[in-house]
Amino acid sequence: MNVAAIKELLYKVADDQLVIGHRNSEWTGLGPILEEDIAFSSMAQDKLGHAQGCYQILHDLGEAEPDQIAFSRKANQFHNCHFVELPNGEYDFSLMRHFLFDHADQIRFEMFANSSFEPLAKLAKKVKGEIKYHVFHGNTWINKLSTANEVSHIRMQTALNESWNYALGIFEAGSFETELKNEGIFEGENALQNRWLEVVCPLLEKAGLKVPEQHTWEPVLGGRRGYHLAHLEALVTEMSEVFQIDPTATW
Amino acid sequence: MIESLDPRIKRAAISTDNNIEPLSPLDQWETYEVFHQKKRGDQHMHVGIVHAANPEMALVFAKEQFGRRGLSANIWVVNTRHVFASTYEDADIFETTSEKIYREAGGYKVMDKINQYKKSQKA
Repeated sequence: MNVAAIKELLYKVADDQLVIGHRNSEWTGLGPILEEDIAFSSMAQDKLGHAQGCYQILHDLGEAEPDQIAFSRKANQFHNCHFVELPNGEYDFSLMRHFLFDHADQIRFEMFANSSFEPLAKLAKKVKGEIKYHVFHGNTWINKLSTANEVSHIRMQTALNESWNYALGIFEAGSFETELKNEGIFEGENALQNRWLEVVCPLLEKAGLKVPEQHTWEPVLGGRRGYHLAHLEALVTEMSEVFQIDPTATW
Repeated sequence: MIESLDPRIKRAAISTDNNIEPLSPLDQWETYEVFHQKKRGDQHMHVGIVHAANPEMALVFAKEQFGRRGLSANIWVVNTRHVFASTYEDADIFETTSEKIYREAGGYKVMDKINQYKKSQKA
């Protein structure tokens, strides 16, 4: 079992979950209506749970405690993609990110469910239902807002245009793509991206949105290797503020 | 660039001479009645309402409001407009007069007869 490859994979997946979970939780109390506020906050919490699940596996492989990993690193030690660290913007952008990210998340965890690395397969089966709901929620909103009226349609199209290249950055290749595939741990970012395109493009078109022309696609890369936007540093500082008051405290 | 809406970072520019007018009815989403089933085979129980733009969204919200904790097997949502209800002015239709005791099980004293019959069968 290639431990270095598994660790790299788990770190990026966990960091994506943690950062988007934190971002989405910033909507708590500010959501458009009470019901949506509760649903979006609840899903943000699910994401933190999924992050914790991955950090726990990392801990079992010899890395630090989950809380230590989550709250004691500097921004440049995070491996999340840029997409999840972008500020929330308005609700159209947050929803579009949630939709695009969670479809990738769902396919990724479906792949993990067949992983030869058992702890990962087990975690994937555990979170399956939660991710299914996240996708159901995302699909419902994208459909509704993209077809409701001209203003909402334009907003959703703009959100899609702004998101697209960042979303493609989710699939930045790691250093162990071949090893992961050969050992049956994970099919790889390329396979994931292809399946994601097969799923999201028809859904977006059905909602009346135009997927940006392929010749304009420029994946925003670097996040997996620790290069980040200034936004992440502010997020990490705020997220770990309480933990840093007393890192040794038991909760 | 995408700007933050977080009020701790950027305050909304709300004019001070805002005349707030009540929303017209169609500015608000409709309500859906939510029926929750704990496990398969149980009756769906009415548990409350959610506001939503369409039935699908009502299901999305109902799951989080009412199916987040404890057991859940299934949820129904029904547009409140589609519920046909009695009126409180007609609440007297539920009143019943005391001399109709013959319509209730308690109005029949049969245990003596049953016991007597059982005894006769044993003998």
